[in-house]
Amino acid sequence: MTPQHVLIVGASLAGVRTAEALRAKGFAGELTIVGAENVVPYDRPPLSKGYLEGKRTAEQLALRPTDPLLQSLNVRMVLGTAASGLDLDNRQVSLSTGDSVSFDALVIASGTSPRVLPGTADLPGVHTIRNLGDADALRPKLVSDAKVVIIGAGFIGAEVASTAKSAGADVTVLEAVPIPLSRQLGDEMGTAVAAFHQRNGVTLRVACSVSHLTATHVHLADGEALPFDACVVGVGVQPNTGWLDQSRMDTSDGVLCDSSLRVIVDGSPDPRIVAIGDIARWVNPRYEYEGPVRVEHWTNAVESAEHAATLLATSSSAEPFAPVPYFWSDQYGNKIQFLGRAHGFDEVAVVSGSTDGKFVVLYRRGDRLVAALGVSSVKTVMGYRRRLLDGCSWSEALAAVDATRNN
Amino acid sequence: MKISVNFDSCQSNALCMAAAPDIFEVRDDGYLYILVEEPDESRRAAVMEAARLCPTQAITVS
Repeated sequence: MTPQHVLIVGASLAGVRTAEALRAKGFAGELTIVGAENVVPYDRPPLSKGYLEGKRTAEQLALRPTDPLLQSLNVRMVLGTAASGLDLDNRQVSLSTGDSVSFDALVIASGTSPRVLPGTADLPGVHTIRNLGDADALRPKLVSDAKVVIIGAGFIGAEVASTAKSAGADVTVLEAVPIPLSRQLGDEMGTAVAAFHQRNGVTLRVACSVSHLTATHVHLADGEALPFDACVVGVGVQPNTGWLDQSRMDTSDGVLCDSSLRVIVDGSPDPRIVAIGDIARWVNPRYEYEGPVRVEHWTNAVESAEHAATLLATSSSAEPFAPVPYFWSDQYGNKIQFLGRAHGFDEVAVVSGSTDGKFVVLYRRGDRLVAALGVSSVKTVMGYRRRLLDGCSWSEALAAVDATRNN
Repeated sequence: MKISVNFDSCQSNALCMAAAPDIFEVRDDGYLYILVEEPDESRRAAVMEAARLCPTQAITVS
């Protein structure tokens, strides 16, 4: 039997897409979305790119531009209100306003927040990027000759570096590990992608240990002090699970789910509670050897929302959630696209172009194709999505490359 | 079923092409081309997936 009232905690991409998908699948019950930010739900990727550059407006970021309050979906929107606790026995979520909301089914989509460095919360020149206000605060500081120091050479850091550089700023990126993005891309490709910084006039300093920040300087462990007009901290995120602390779920890193995204409560999956988007930690059967992971990509929010809606709105048995993860990053005029998971890969092979420009690289693990990376090679790399979905062998993948070359 | 694309929003991520390569194609010039504007109803699931996965919500299906 389908639930009477679905409560979605989180009014960003994953939460809104779940509401849309539930209605599209014929769910006619009550729907409530609770969101901590007091704004119409919006899309976050442009916050470090087009919106930060000033090329796109806040209105253009709305997730449902023609329907700001989701009226056509008949959804009750409770915005500017955070969830503060979960009472599993009574099936109620308490809210920051002091009210509480009952549910038959709960969708946990409360997302993540940027990690901050200790002692920096009140420093006006130190920024993180997660919401519209963050981007609004940073944008006026990205001007010609401004000194911008970015801590963390991940994708957010790299995109902000690219945006700041295009505004004419003097940009330095500091990275703690010797090779940026090595966890996501491996050492060789991490090095290749990080090379875009230097090639575009941005200073990248790796294996660089930050001691502390003041209002005007980043102090390094070796005693050097780097002055800044703006410092942007992009050192990862932490899941927004504070409201679930007393809930008998495993919230050690996000919310632990079974392979269908049903949340594990007291050791077994609860069929009426799902977690989606970047807060959900689950074993993707396609990459089972990796163990439970959280995936912080835009596409994961969309695909997990669709999956959750199927789970809740239909009486079909719980299928595993087994996507081929995808992310993209726009930096220095390059489009970086990645399909699959590089975890534990054995080999990479360049199948198109060369790694100092446009290229496509495939990743092998055992006898399987597990991932594909493309830089400004949209058509070629996206051609591998179907092969990755089909579970293509390494030899088949290489044979297909040869066939294309011989055409 | 009729497909329309807002080419001002499109950023050629090509997820549409990955979902429905017989209908959407991002060519080497970096632009998206719609190969079939009114595809057969049998392609609806793939077209809807393309619209859903588009990072800029540039695809509308009517």
